[in-house]
Amino acid sequence: MIEVRELRKAFGKVQAVDGVSFAARDGAITGLLGPNGAGKTTTLRMLYTLMRPDAGSIRVDGIDAVADALAARRHLGVLPDARGLYKRLSARENIAYYARLHGLSGSALRTRVETMIHLLQLEAEAGRRTEGFSQGQRVKVALARALVHDPHNVILDEPGNGLDVMATRALRGFLRNLRDEGRCVLFSSHIMQEVAALCDRIVVIAHGRVVAEGSSDELRARTGAATLEDAFVALIGSGEGLAA
Amino acid sequence: MSTHGGFARGLRAAWTVYLKEVRENLRDKRTVLNALITGPLLGPILFGMIFSFTLQRQLSEADKPLPVPVIGAQHAPNLLHALAAQGLVVEPPPAQGAVATIRSHAAKVVLVIPPGYDAAWRKGQPAGVELYYDSARQDSGTPVRRVKRMLQVYASTIAAQRLLVRGLAPTLLRPVAAEDRDLATPQSRSALMFSILPYFFVLTVFLGGMYLAIDTTAGERERQSLEPLLANPVGRGMLLAGKLGATVSFALISLLLSCIAFAVVGRFLPVEKLDIVLDIGPRFAAWVLLLMAPLALLLATLQTLVSAFAKSYREAQTYLSILMLLPVIPSLLLAVMPLQPRPWMYAVPLLGQQLGIMDLVRGEGVGLVPLLAVLLGTSLAAVLAFVLTRWLYASERLAVSA
Repeated sequence: MIEVRELRKAFGKVQAVDGVSFAARDGAITGLLGPNGAGKTTTLRMLYTLMRPDAGSIRVDGIDAVADALAARRHLGVLPDARGLYKRLSARENIAYYARLHGLSGSALRTRVETMIHLLQLEAEAGRRTEGFSQGQRVKVALARALVHDPHNVILDEPGNGLDVMATRALRGFLRNLRDEGRCVLFSSHIMQEVAALCDRIVVIAHGRVVAEGSSDELRARTGAATLEDAFVALIGSGEGLAA
Repeated sequence: MSTHGGFARGLRAAWTVYLKEVRENLRDKRTVLNALITGPLLGPILFGMIFSFTLQRQLSEADKPLPVPVIGAQHAPNLLHALAAQGLVVEPPPAQGAVATIRSHAAKVVLVIPPGYDAAWRKGQPAGVELYYDSARQDSGTPVRRVKRMLQVYASTIAAQRLLVRGLAPTLLRPVAAEDRDLATPQSRSALMFSILPYFFVLTVFLGGMYLAIDTTAGERERQSLEPLLANPVGRGMLLAGKLGATVSFALISLLLSCIAFAVVGRFLPVEKLDIVLDIGPRFAAWVLLLMAPLALLLATLQTLVSAFAKSYREAQTYLSILMLLPVIPSLLLAVMPLQPRPWMYAVPLLGQQLGIMDLVRGEGVGLVPLLAVLLGTSLAAVLAFVLTRWLYASERLAVSA
């Protein structure tokens, strides 16, 4: 469960995030939809404690993420927009590194690492150095290391970026599984299809503010639009910066 | 976070970071080549070359026969006989004349005995000889000096003979006798040449850590792996500690290898020919490592500080190349104006190591007070640099690529 209240963040004179509030529930996939530059990445960066908000509060499973960032991070699995791997380490070593940073060791560590390799179907390439991995393979490894500590909350920043159709389908299946296990899944996207296909709840962001929140049916009903796409355009004011 | 358990957990995380950085960089051919092969060998090989070159020049200057073209040799057979006894080899007169010979670099010095030599000699007047050379040419200095000295020896022998013939003591011509009392020991004579040694050690430490300092900071950000790393439940201070530890380890191993290489090179240098003593064995190596250890930490921290805020790997490399010139300053300073070492100077990073290693080379050993000054002074600077880096490392700007 992630709860955000009145979050603000400015860079110089630019108010990137201007009073964002929403909640991402357990057992649901919440999508943060908005055009490029709407403040999605900045919002997520504050959630996973890379940045400190100027004002507002963040609670991750009830933990104040601003006051106790390390404790909040233990409850979070994060796939940032930057998802570089260590090229000179094998996929397995990349995953095990993050497991150790989360305090795992010994047989618990080995079990978790192998579980993640199995879950993401990385068995074939696990022992290979990640140099030369395809984009899809890289995202799988990045996901595996982000979730190796079995976090209850999962944050993904534009997870579909750069993936081909097959990899995208696999990713969606994986996120649904996480939801069905009762986890809280929160991701950002500027692709309407992705959000429409996956999300139980949608938070629409524009100009650093939440302009609407609800299920896709609720958003359609609220705007009186026939399709979700029309609803988004009506909510944001233009289709600029969004992708179908 | 500040609880005891939290700190222990942080230390374990720092250790994890350390192991990962060491392992990853050991797999990087370029880093291994630079930090563990080129860097450590550079100093000893350069030093060996400088040493043999100096040795060769000194030996050739002292002993080798000196060929000199002589014009008008027939006017002074006795003089030439005396010069030949001192190592001068009379060459036949060049066809093009003395001036053209020097201009065309066919010879470094030409001796001309004018036809009037014999007449002047007989009258007891100063008999003139002419030396042609070009003082703008560096290599002419030694041969010219040698010929002049030979002429002087001959002249004073003749002068003494003339006085004796007239019943006077030759000592009349030496109202003041200056005698050399050179107090330099073989050790301290060698020190002059070895003043370059400390710089090699500093350079090795710098090169040894440089690639890791860049790779673990600017490199990590450029490869887009810093932001996900910062999402792990590890404080930035602990991340920094692990990364710095890896950098310092590479720097110190590089230094250790360099010391070993110096010890090996030292065995093959023909030091006894220069009548100096060179003690760069295991004891010397141990002292060098001790003196340099805090400096390795300081340099690694500065390298990390600089590269953490470079926009790219390349930019970091550029900054560090400039930073690499910094350690030259004390070496140059001491070479240009040899200052009297004072106790406080040992506490100055770089300068302290330079002075300490020079003390070792001179065979005097490092006293307890200078040793403590070196260790405490540089350690203090390293701690300050770490605190500053730690503080800057917490900035949000650090993680965000592009």
